[in-house]
Amino acid sequence: MPRFLLTRAGSGLVVLLLVCLFTFVVFFALSPDPAVQICGKNCTPAVIDQIRGNLGLDQPFWTQFAQFVAGIFVGRTYGDGAGAVHCAAPCLGYSFQSSQAVWDMIVQRLPVSATIAVGAAVLWLLAGLLGGLLSAVKEGTFLDRFTTGLTLTSMSIPNYVLALVLQYVLVVQLRWLPFPQAVRFADDPGQWFASFVMPWIVLAVGYAAAYTRLTRANVLDVLRENYVRTAHAKGLPPSLVWRRHALRPALTPVVTIFGMDFAGLLGGALITETVFGINGVGKMAADSIARNDQPVIMGVTLLAGFLVVVGNVVVDVVYTAIDPRVRVNA
Amino acid sequence: MTSPTDLTTAQPVEAGTDDTPQAPAAAAAGAPRAGGGGTWHALRRDAGAMLSLGYVVLVTLAAVLAPVLTAVSGWTPYAFDQSAIDPNLGGMPIGPWGGVSAEHWLGVEPGSGRDIFARIVYGARVSMAIALSATALTTVLGVSLGLVAGYFGGRVDLVISRVMDFLMAFPALIFMIAVLSALPASNRSALLVVVISVFGWPYLARIVRGQTMSLAQREFVEAARAAGAGGTRIVFREILPNLRSTIIVMATLAVPGYIGTEAGLSFLGVGVVPPAPSWGQMIAASVKWYAVDPAYFVFPGACLFLLVLSFTVLGDRLRAVVDAQEGR
Repeated sequence: MPRFLLTRAGSGLVVLLLVCLFTFVVFFALSPDPAVQICGKNCTPAVIDQIRGNLGLDQPFWTQFAQFVAGIFVGRTYGDGAGAVHCAAPCLGYSFQSSQAVWDMIVQRLPVSATIAVGAAVLWLLAGLLGGLLSAVKEGTFLDRFTTGLTLTSMSIPNYVLALVLQYVLVVQLRWLPFPQAVRFADDPGQWFASFVMPWIVLAVGYAAAYTRLTRANVLDVLRENYVRTAHAKGLPPSLVWRRHALRPALTPVVTIFGMDFAGLLGGALITETVFGINGVGKMAADSIARNDQPVIMGVTLLAGFLVVVGNVVVDVVYTAIDPRVRVNA
Repeated sequence: MTSPTDLTTAQPVEAGTDDTPQAPAAAAAGAPRAGGGGTWHALRRDAGAMLSLGYVVLVTLAAVLAPVLTAVSGWTPYAFDQSAIDPNLGGMPIGPWGGVSAEHWLGVEPGSGRDIFARIVYGARVSMAIALSATALTTVLGVSLGLVAGYFGGRVDLVISRVMDFLMAFPALIFMIAVLSALPASNRSALLVVVISVFGWPYLARIVRGQTMSLAQREFVEAARAAGAGGTRIVFREILPNLRSTIIVMATLAVPGYIGTEAGLSFLGVGVVPPAPSWGQMIAASVKWYAVDPAYFVFPGACLFLLVLSFTVLGDRLRAVVDAQEGR
């Protein structure tokens, strides 16, 4: 098993390096000269040259790329002599707009995005698993058809449309909730909950629908398996058949998908955060894109890629733990 | 696995029942074929599927006939109507429901007075054109690469599979936005199609690859190989026709996703460039007004939601019918 893990981690690292290279190539090729942007209005060619030198923009492509990657692992120093700035180990560069370290900006906002992701995940897992189980058990009944209709509808609402509808109904019309603000739980639990509940719902609805369908399909497949029939035939009480034979194989695929989805969300819910004006990693990404703040965009893209890759590896590990069939092949 | 329906539809009769390009290509004798006339009959009895199809046809017609419709309604999507908005109220549309009247069927845009009906039918053009082109491109890419990977295996499969893994692990949305915002806005629609397709094809290719691998083991493929058919011929003449129903279902289910993506990107301001109308853009513009003029949000929002829903229901029902026919 350790060897299997090492190969997985190795290929994950390769994917990450490729994500890095891919983003770097695109920004290298597409972006307008960042030195000109930083320089601003009162600019002279000498100043531009100096900025280029400090940021390493005068170096050839591969040198720049190597410096960027090295910065992530061991840190890097911009410029030389008295004006040199050292950027510590996970160095993703500095924002062109605010001159803040990209890593610090991400770390600051990550808890907000994590709060949104965790809350939404709890909601959609509850709704998805329960809904899927129920509609599988009651296959073909009114409840099943109602659930299916509901999932199709939920899957079709674009999340910004749902966000605006919720905000209009709950905040503007009924005044049940205040406009969302980023408040820490410790400061004001009530306001905290009221601010995050709408993003949670908006994000959870789509996923909940997908999970309901997945769970339902898996449970129905498993119930048709021979070993489940055998267990029933042996005279095992139905509850025991469910607990011991049916649920585990039916729910393992959900674990895989969940790992990917959750990891993806941790890196920021771009649209939802933007619509509700919540200052997480997603909104930061949207803002930096609007301002063409290249280092920040790259940092967020890398973070998202990193989370998905790590999520994949974690899923594989969990999978070997809960599904004995995989262990044999590993 | 081969159910009776597969065998009965393997008659030449079905060649004319739909317009997929693969239909006339004759398969080797005995090759199972799915889909065709049976699917349509099963779908016709399904109220949900028919309602959805009706709405899709309606939107398609509106998109195609947009110039005619706006000629009838009297307003182009770019014309400002100062008489329909109230300058004393910050440009609020005059009249209930965002200015719905005989003059402006769905009201006007607050602030500018542009006709919402005209912008919606022209927006349908953009949505449908982009979503359908992206679907066509992903289907071509996904099917050919999936077929090649699944049939030839070995190093080819390894390379293609790695590329798929990479693209699926890639934070696509952030990247799409970044690329779109960095590139010049000259031909945004074509760019949107390309960007969406580059990240979209692996999802179809993965399924096609798996099915190709199992089909390649079947007797009719072996027979064709024994008869001296080459790799390309086997892939496109023997295996591809059997994937028809899978491809149609996957493509139908892909359309709503792409409509949503286009609208989402336009909503975030990196999609279709103004003044060209797009539903996502209209919804984004309505954010500033929705507290005082909800109708401005409701019309494009409802059109978008219903279109995505229709394609989703259609794809879902199609899949159910095809699965039943294949005896799963």
